Amino acid sequence: MNTQKTIVTIGAGIAGIESSVALSKLGYRVILVEKDKTIGGKINNYYHLFPNNRPAVDIKNYMDEQCRIHDLTIYKNTEINKVQKKGERFSVTTSNDDILKADALLVATGFEYFNGMQKEEYGYKIYDNVITSIDLEEKLRSGKQITTAQGKEPKRIAFVHCVGSRDEKSGNHYCSRLCCITGVKQAMELNSRFPNSLVYCFYIDLRMYSMEYESLYRSAQEKFGIQFIRGKVSEVSENKEGTLQIKAEDTLSGRPLRMEMDLVVLLVGMVPGQGTEKMKSVAALESNSHGFLESNDWQLHKNSSSQPGIFLTGACNGPMSIDETMEHARSAAFEVHTYLQNHSKHE
Amino acid sequence: MPNNLFIYPFLLGILIMLVIIAKRFSKWFIGLSKIDKIRVWKKLRTKNTIYSIREALLEGLLHHKIFKKNPVLGYMHMSLAFGWFLLIVVGHIETIYYYGSISFPFYMPVFFRYFVTGHEFYLSRFFAIIMDFLLLMVLSGVTLAYLKRFLKQPFGMKKTTRLKPGDKIALTSLWCIFPLRFMAESVSAGIHHNGSFLTQTSGNLIEHILPLNAIHTPIWFAYSTALGFFFVALPFSRYMHIPTEIFFIFLKNSGIKLKKHVNTYSQVQVFSCSRCGICLDSCQLNDAGIRNTQSVYVLKKIRDKKLTDEELFNCLLCGKCQHDCPVDIELNNLRITQRIESTLQYNSSYDYLKETKAEKADIVYFAGCMTHLTPAIKKSMVQIFDHAKLNYWFMDEDKAPCCGRPLMQAGQYDAAEKLILNNQKKILDSEAKTLVVSCPICYKVFNEDYSLPGIEVKHHSEYLLELINASKIEVSPLQQTVIYHDPCELGRGSGIYEQPRELLQHTNTLIKIKNEKEKSYCCGGSLANIKIQMDERYKIKDKAVENYRSYNPDILATSCPLCKKTFARDGKLAVHDISELIWMAIEKNEMEKLELNEQLAKVTNPEQFWELEEVPIQD
Repeated sequence: MNTQKTIVTIGAGIAGIESSVALSKLGYRVILVEKDKTIGGKINNYYHLFPNNRPAVDIKNYMDEQCRIHDLTIYKNTEINKVQKKGERFSVTTSNDDILKADALLVATGFEYFNGMQKEEYGYKIYDNVITSIDLEEKLRSGKQITTAQGKEPKRIAFVHCVGSRDEKSGNHYCSRLCCITGVKQAMELNSRFPNSLVYCFYIDLRMYSMEYESLYRSAQEKFGIQFIRGKVSEVSENKEGTLQIKAEDTLSGRPLRMEMDLVVLLVGMVPGQGTEKMKSVAALESNSHGFLESNDWQLHKNSSSQPGIFLTGACNGPMSIDETMEHARSAAFEVHTYLQNHSKHE
Repeated sequence: MPNNLFIYPFLLGILIMLVIIAKRFSKWFIGLSKIDKIRVWKKLRTKNTIYSIREALLEGLLHHKIFKKNPVLGYMHMSLAFGWFLLIVVGHIETIYYYGSISFPFYMPVFFRYFVTGHEFYLSRFFAIIMDFLLLMVLSGVTLAYLKRFLKQPFGMKKTTRLKPGDKIALTSLWCIFPLRFMAESVSAGIHHNGSFLTQTSGNLIEHILPLNAIHTPIWFAYSTALGFFFVALPFSRYMHIPTEIFFIFLKNSGIKLKKHVNTYSQVQVFSCSRCGICLDSCQLNDAGIRNTQSVYVLKKIRDKKLTDEELFNCLLCGKCQHDCPVDIELNNLRITQRIESTLQYNSSYDYLKETKAEKADIVYFAGCMTHLTPAIKKSMVQIFDHAKLNYWFMDEDKAPCCGRPLMQAGQYDAAEKLILNNQKKILDSEAKTLVVSCPICYKVFNEDYSLPGIEVKHHSEYLLELINASKIEVSPLQQTVIYHDPCELGRGSGIYEQPRELLQHTNTLIKIKNEKEKSYCCGGSLANIKIQMDERYKIKDKAVENYRSYNPDILATSCPLCKKTFARDGKLAVHDISELIWMAIEKNEMEKLELNEQLAKVTNPEQFWELEEVPIQD
């Protein structure tokens, strides 16, 4: 009697939508709750996706279409304020004071970008020519001319890797996994717009964990002439004309560096999203030491949370790419399905 | 005359103690530098000596600083020390009355009630009452000391020091002395009826249960033995602090300063620690679960020559313990000196710094390394300088040399000295009259270890206040509530508490909090601790942030880049340096002036001027 079972999915980013679609295909009734006024979450911020430079809008369109085809119920501008378990069922109170009954919950509350201002030494929001990878993506997406704050074409561009990732001082010890390849993608993108520009990437080490990422990294060096310098940037300061001076160390040659830049891009990491933080208190979900929601079983049931009947999908569980998120979302749907099947047998 | 062999343990004990103390004092004095010896000698003949005696009485006997911390704890120390002191003084007066002269065996007052068997003499009853009262006072202190070992709360202390075997002997004998004296005097009173309300009452009681004559000499012997044990153990226990503290007060008041190397003055300070443990409670390392590196333990380890690097370097040098120390030991500098002593000096070269030349200016601005990592502060300061049209040289704008303080704190004296000499030369070459610094860590070293004749060193919180007072900058209120966090090096370290507050009152509403000024928290970010783990730092910071948030301020203001950085990491509170707030207030003032001018421009008829809407302008 699958049709009688209801699942409430919290978060209508790509993880929430894809898993809801899959559950809908399996015959369940799914209610999607989204805090924003639009669906799609972070996919709305991107221009081209690595590794194949596919426009992000493709994914967005696919998501919209799937929602339409499967006629998913979506509550936008809605947050979850309370989760109660009554017997085997959940009672979910929304910010509109609606009470949703569900047989299982799917948490897809995602991630947030690390706040670049917390690394004050890089001067984000203090110096106009320091931007984050998200700002850059937005500029690329909006199709506006990319210039320095002084309206000039950037000739020297620095990408700073691991801003808020693998960084003891910001308290985030983990690797956000995607910033490295984002940096490579964006460096190539800028270099192809400004062929005369010099683009530098300052890294701790580059984590090109997919076959295609490594190929991109290779062509970034060979075809685009992007300079990869192993060493963290220690501080950024502003010159009178508004250009930037960065201090770093080239750990391969063992020398301190001081370089003039027109534009500095901070590759900000991923931190647990606001919704993810909220779910910890609302649904008493456990998190790992990094703040992301903890899987009940890392190897065998990655999608199970610390609470029976509540499942995890997407980046609320940890940093992951779009392709990984899609797999994670589908496996979440299957986990939910298995759980509900077992429960109907007992009834 | 009765058999008086029982006095020998006391005599022997006091003799050994006096010889050892005399030896130590002379060794310490000889070890002082020539100039310091002259200082002591010259000061001895001034009224400075009277101050020293007064301080020795006030601190050594009355413990008025401990009283301020906790009255029960203060009473405990006072009743023991001052009570005992009075017993000795009044005992001597009593003996003088009895003998009618000042020539009598010096042990006489100690065993007076044994030897003077009930002869009535002038005022004898009166003395008996006084002596009993004083004994009661001391006994009450001893009782509190017993209790303190088991219950710490009523004494305002969460922790008490751990004891070593040497101290245990001294402590046990000290605890026995007065109960035994009480017993001995009671027995004598039972036999001779020479006691008063306390000893006579108990003596009369004991008479019924014990054979008084049989135990009379043995109990006095026990009393004498306890005294003897205590005196012999004293120089080898923490009670050595009693004579040392007096010696320390004299040296301190002669104007002697701690050096950058261990000498006998630092030893005197180490031995002046009474191990009272007051420094333990305020130490914020407790919040991080670090419980073996506090000052009292480190001083003890220095005395025992068992100090490890882990203990020496795991300290924030926040100075809270120094503020609380009832003996005024310079705990921070003592630790730095010890660090310099225990560290291998690296032969760092800073030759590249010599390339840059000084620029001539009225003001030298030194931002400091930490300010370079918090560029909002640097930017605000530069904007303020430019706005006020001041002639300044931004000394560390480009190749930022370190001020030397972090190296000094880490014990790298030689390296610090190289930086200091380099910076000092440039500052002097600039021919400036004022050195403005943004970082309290730099401020401290510029004030203490640089020689900058004719140049005033000012932290920007002092300097910006001067600019406002001299009407060189105009600010408008920002309408936010702020808590001011005192940075360790600026507050406890340099005594700058009022200027930042006065400055903030020009722009914001200041919330008064409990843990401020001397009692202010350390942010946990201190560069001085090179052993602490990051998560331990977070625990210290979290505790402070939690407290600040309970006051619900709009802004947490501070005047140290390191404090700002440490607190801002949290993301739960808006944190700003005082210079940023001042720049915001200047900008606001400019905006308001602009608006007023625009409104004035609209006025065509001069009479309309008075009908204008009121615009808030600071006068």
